[in-house]
Amino acid sequence: MRETKDMSDTIVARPDGRKRDFNIGRLLLEGRAFFALIAIIVVFSILSPNYLTIGNLLIMASHVAIYGILAIGMLLVILNGGIDLSVGSILALAGVAAGAMMQGIELQAMGVILYPPVWAVVVLTCVLGALVGAVNGVLVSIFKVPAFVATLGVMYVARGVALLMTNGLTYNNLSGRPELGNTGFDWIGFNRIAGVPISVIVLAVLAILGGLMLSRSSFGRWLYASGGNERAAELSGVPTRRVKITVYTLSGMLSAIAGLVLASQLTSAGPTAGMTYELTAIAAVVIGGAALTGGRGTMRGTMLGAFVIGFLSDGLVIIGVSSYWQTVFTGAVIVLAVLMNSLQYGRGGRKS
Amino acid sequence: MSRTVNIAGEMPEGGPDARQVVLAARHVSKSYGNVHALKGVDFDIHRGQVTTLFGENGAGKSTLMKILSGVIQPTGGEIILDGRPVSFGSATEARDRGISIIHQELSLAPNLSVRDNIFMGREISGATGVDFAEEERQTRKLMQDLEEDIDPLTPVEELRLGQQQIVEIARALSVNSRILIMDEPTSALSASEVEVLFKVVRDLTAKGVSIVYISHHLEEALTITDHAVVLRDGTMTAYGPRADIDLEWIVRNMVGDNYDLGSPPRTRLGHPALSIRNLTLPDPAGGFHLVDGLSLDVRAGEIVCIYGLMGAGRTELLETCAGKLRASAGEIVLEGKEISHLSIAERIARGLALVPEDRQRDGLVQTMSVGENLSLASIASFTKGLFTRKAAERTLIDASIREVTVKTSGPDAPIGSLSGGNQQKVVIGKMLATRPRVIMLDEPSRGIDIGAKAEVFRLLAEEARQGLAVIYSTSEVSECLSIAHRIIVMHKGRISAEFDSTVTKERIMAASGESVAA
Repeated sequence: MRETKDMSDTIVARPDGRKRDFNIGRLLLEGRAFFALIAIIVVFSILSPNYLTIGNLLIMASHVAIYGILAIGMLLVILNGGIDLSVGSILALAGVAAGAMMQGIELQAMGVILYPPVWAVVVLTCVLGALVGAVNGVLVSIFKVPAFVATLGVMYVARGVALLMTNGLTYNNLSGRPELGNTGFDWIGFNRIAGVPISVIVLAVLAILGGLMLSRSSFGRWLYASGGNERAAELSGVPTRRVKITVYTLSGMLSAIAGLVLASQLTSAGPTAGMTYELTAIAAVVIGGAALTGGRGTMRGTMLGAFVIGFLSDGLVIIGVSSYWQTVFTGAVIVLAVLMNSLQYGRGGRKS
Repeated sequence: MSRTVNIAGEMPEGGPDARQVVLAARHVSKSYGNVHALKGVDFDIHRGQVTTLFGENGAGKSTLMKILSGVIQPTGGEIILDGRPVSFGSATEARDRGISIIHQELSLAPNLSVRDNIFMGREISGATGVDFAEEERQTRKLMQDLEEDIDPLTPVEELRLGQQQIVEIARALSVNSRILIMDEPTSALSASEVEVLFKVVRDLTAKGVSIVYISHHLEEALTITDHAVVLRDGTMTAYGPRADIDLEWIVRNMVGDNYDLGSPPRTRLGHPALSIRNLTLPDPAGGFHLVDGLSLDVRAGEIVCIYGLMGAGRTELLETCAGKLRASAGEIVLEGKEISHLSIAERIARGLALVPEDRQRDGLVQTMSVGENLSLASIASFTKGLFTRKAAERTLIDASIREVTVKTSGPDAPIGSLSGGNQQKVVIGKMLATRPRVIMLDEPSRGIDIGAKAEVFRLLAEEARQGLAVIYSTSEVSECLSIAHRIIVMHKGRISAEFDSTVTKERIMAASGESVAA
């Protein structure tokens, strides 16, 4: 304890000259997610002639969309210095809720069954996701429950509610019926605009909006500041509590969007969807160079991270590697990424 | 004062005292990069006696003590233990040789019992794991020796601060320390607890234990010490046995009269910018109020210095005004409007800014660049619609860098690349960029060198000339007598004295101590 105290004195005096000398190692380190992605594409293109085709790339991108959308929300939470373990469960809950609405909401008191149009289903599902996210935010910011524990609890509750809603079963028919006017749910999952899957476009739009928010809006600045040093941010007039609730709410909403995309791609919504997706999302953010201690990370990096994971696992499938090995590779990539993060940000980091 | 020696080399090495010197430092120096914390200091510790180290913040006291106790290694010079040169690789190594240090912040685990704390890290092994009975017996014996009625099984968090200090001492004694270094042990103690501590110190010295004592309480330290050593700016400025010294001698050698931090600027005093009425902040742990019914008016263009010892309530007062802590009673009136219900952000918007004491913890966002730190408190001023405007932000940052003269390679440089003084200027610049009416600075000179100190004060004087009300707190007397028009002395949450700028250092110091608590 005494030694560490003294360390903090000397770290301040640490010359930052390292930053200056441009060497190849530094370049590789800072652009690691990008170079990793290039390496993955090159290696798999050599191993399989089908890998580097427009068609395959778009299919893989539509797989990445789910993780990518979750990772956007996760990035916001991690930038704030928190973690959100509930995204996979919210994804499932949102899918099931959308499925239930597509099947019709029975109002027994009035003896009618409501079939909301698809746009209303989408909006209501997003609101649901945002509400669950807000619960996370309130627990963490106002009741000071550690983010890990609060979102772990919500993860279980959301999953449980999803199971209860369907009794563990899956909604299989989400296409709606023309006479009820609620068709079109599968549009997100199957349609393409100029050949690009809608899900990929959704991801791109969300990533661009998120990126703009982080780099250009005052909210983005508040988020980086409160993640870097919450006390200093608060004393500088940043509404740190509001920032915290907002990031969890956005993360919940993005999980719901991911849930809609997934349900639409599968034209079915099951309560067990999205198991362990939260971990994949965290991995994408970490591979993208964000620091789990908060305050460091970019949208660009996170997107690269999501594509690294997606392209790697799809590539392994294409060349026929067993799924057990896929797990091993993915794990190794994650550990490698964290290792490089700690190299980049210095040993132990500078927590204050 | 006849035989105070100003140069350490003339210390009576071959004199009758020499055998009694158990631990000595010879020409010890320590530098961090370009910062020289210690510049060739000589220092003797006598067997069974108390040696007190005097000096202002940043004089190098703690650095020297850390070197003697093995926490850090010197960059030059040598340590002589029992006449032989030694070098300690770590605090554990020094402890094994009989040297223990009790830090200003206690390093006890509050959730563990007294027994477990005393044997933390060197538990006694028995046949079936830890031999708790033996540990308990030894703890009981230690407490008896110290004549303290503390049960070995009490959790430390249930003890009063003074008793916790005793536990720290007991832990040091349990490893048979011959030399005990105490860094400001009394700063958080009540008068009666100080009595107990001093009795323990006397008992220890009677048993041959040597004590090194550091304190800002000069009078208190004089009652217990046998030798005095004064440090200033990393060099030893004076040395003398108790018989030859007095308070005036210490202050003169501590402060020196060779540095000039400016004088009160001639400003036009305006309307009252900030009025504090009967402000009260209770101690969450119970006990004294941290701020106790305090009232204070500060006028536009006025510079007010708040002087006080550690724990006097200065930080709490300023943080309550800024909105970080909530007062239980009283009013804070800014420019004629009551603001005590407002949030920190709203207070900043109304023109009240705080530069916090701990730059690293509360002032800077280490993950951000110099520019982003400077603009952090005024984001709204360069936001139009949804987005921030880069050009407007850049203008604000450039103006700030010029105004507070930050030496940096550019706004994009990482904040960690700046020196302490420049980091402090960034924190000040950040708050000045919000165009405040009143700026409060908590120990603005902490941990920055003398040149940067002078620049900070020059900057504050300049801002006051333009009508800003400035309040700064300090624990260094020499800083009171620089740019302040008015000096407020705080003691236990109250104002114990108020002076104008013609007061002497001695009177300020006297007003801050226990003796004048009235």
